[in-house]
Amino acid sequence: MTTVQDLGRFGYQQYGVPTSGALDNYAFRIGNLLVGNEEGASSLEITLLGCQLRTLQDIKVAITGADLAATINGKPAPAWESLLIKSGDVLSFPRLDSGCRAYLAISGGIDVPEVMKSASTYIKAGIGGLSGRPLRQGDTLKAHESTASAAVTRLPSEYIPAYENQITLRVILGPQDDFFTEEGICTFLNSEYTVTTQADRMGYRLEGPRIEHREEADIISDGIPLGAIQVPGDGLPIILLADRQTTGGYTKIATVISIDIPKVAQAKPGDKIKFQQVTEEQAVALLKKYEQQMATIKSILQA
Amino acid sequence: MIYEEPRFLSGGDRAIFVEFGDSIDPDVNQRVRNLKLAIEKAGIPGVVESVPTYRSLLVYFEPLQVSAPKLRETVFNLLQSAIENELPKRRLIEIPTAYGGEFGPDLELVAQHNNLSAAEVVRIHSGTGYLIYMIGFMPGFPYLGGMSPRIATPRKTTPRLKLPAGSVGIAGNQTGIYPAESPGGWQIIGRTPLELFHPTREPPAILQAGDYLTFIGVTPEEFTVIEEAVRNGTYRLNEESID
Repeated sequence: MTTVQDLGRFGYQQYGVPTSGALDNYAFRIGNLLVGNEEGASSLEITLLGCQLRTLQDIKVAITGADLAATINGKPAPAWESLLIKSGDVLSFPRLDSGCRAYLAISGGIDVPEVMKSASTYIKAGIGGLSGRPLRQGDTLKAHESTASAAVTRLPSEYIPAYENQITLRVILGPQDDFFTEEGICTFLNSEYTVTTQADRMGYRLEGPRIEHREEADIISDGIPLGAIQVPGDGLPIILLADRQTTGGYTKIATVISIDIPKVAQAKPGDKIKFQQVTEEQAVALLKKYEQQMATIKSILQA
Repeated sequence: MIYEEPRFLSGGDRAIFVEFGDSIDPDVNQRVRNLKLAIEKAGIPGVVESVPTYRSLLVYFEPLQVSAPKLRETVFNLLQSAIENELPKRRLIEIPTAYGGEFGPDLELVAQHNNLSAAEVVRIHSGTGYLIYMIGFMPGFPYLGGMSPRIATPRKTTPRLKLPAGSVGIAGNQTGIYPAESPGGWQIIGRTPLELFHPTREPPAILQAGDYLTFIGVTPEEFTVIEEAVRNGTYRLNEESID
């Protein structure tokens, strides 16, 4: 499934409109930097394989995120660097080698109308992106005018992530951690969970040891932060993502920290997840380092 | 129950919950609304948006612009100084609704279930104010409070595959309106021609948490006239300030 995304739609959750936006913040922003765009320019989020595109004019693009064995006219196309492709070239993503979602950044950014101040696609309500839906065969996309140079830029290899099949997600406990027994919290923080096939932009359902509630698994519905981990009565955790409903009535045991959301974005059915508790201070310190690294990358790529 | 002091709960590294109570209660909900408005009025740098729900406000923020401890302190001080009558008044919004017939295929079922006539169900459902506790589940969908238990009816055991946009229904002791076409298990007693949600309107939703609404029965002919006016953009919402 391929959709147009930017960094998300903010300010409208109070009206029941999820933020949507690229699931992998890291790969998305770097793709844009590689082609000389602002970090938040609209790009394509390509989930798993199958997408095939033909360019109708010479353009500069970059492929980041999952390794989908991208090819240009059948020949391997390198990722994490800018590519100059010519009118008539065919870009394919035929095979999943690692990760789950790839990003195709296009110089100038994709030209679609903004809806509620964002170009992100929210499929369930048919909002944003290209007519509010995933791309279909026959669709044509336009890019804005690009002011980028023709120079090729490449992300230094030390910044290229490796997507593992077993990941650890750092979490901050709460808001309803007090609804769980000590044993329940212990189970949550010491067990391995498997991503089920019910995993999409709304959320990832996990399978594994049941997490024990004290009593209730239901709460009076409240807000759901990005990365919140709900545990309904069946004791199985669900990680909520960009297209999640804005409110919900299941207990939330913890929230994945911001910089580990891209790890979820690149996980797929069958992958293993463990959770590790961190404090709010630790999470913010990590976020600060992440943004400093992004600033460094920006200055390298735009030098 | 309203807490003596609101609880600040963790929402990860870029959101905090301010929780005012543990019950569905208009007074608790009013505090949520008041804090949301006070935060917006204060224009705190680093706050991205806040989401009001039944009994808590979820405040999203940029942690590298404002720290969580600093935000909690600022919000706490706002709570102390929030003066109710400086905030915008709440609204009572009229929702024109055609009851029964093709608009409300389950009206008879609801009537029979509660040993009432269809006319009595309509009389009980309409003309009274419902508090909008929150908007969630789907864009523009209002969670309403205050429905009379006399018309409470369980959901359908088999949901319908397609309910028209504007469907007004009952599920258990709750009433609500579907802003968009959707599958659903609610008992549908009527329909409103209003567009509760439109992505290009600003704001995109007619309804807001903390306001009130009331259903006003209209005839099928009036429904068509209003529907046309809504389509042309000439319909004026009937709303009044309360408080």
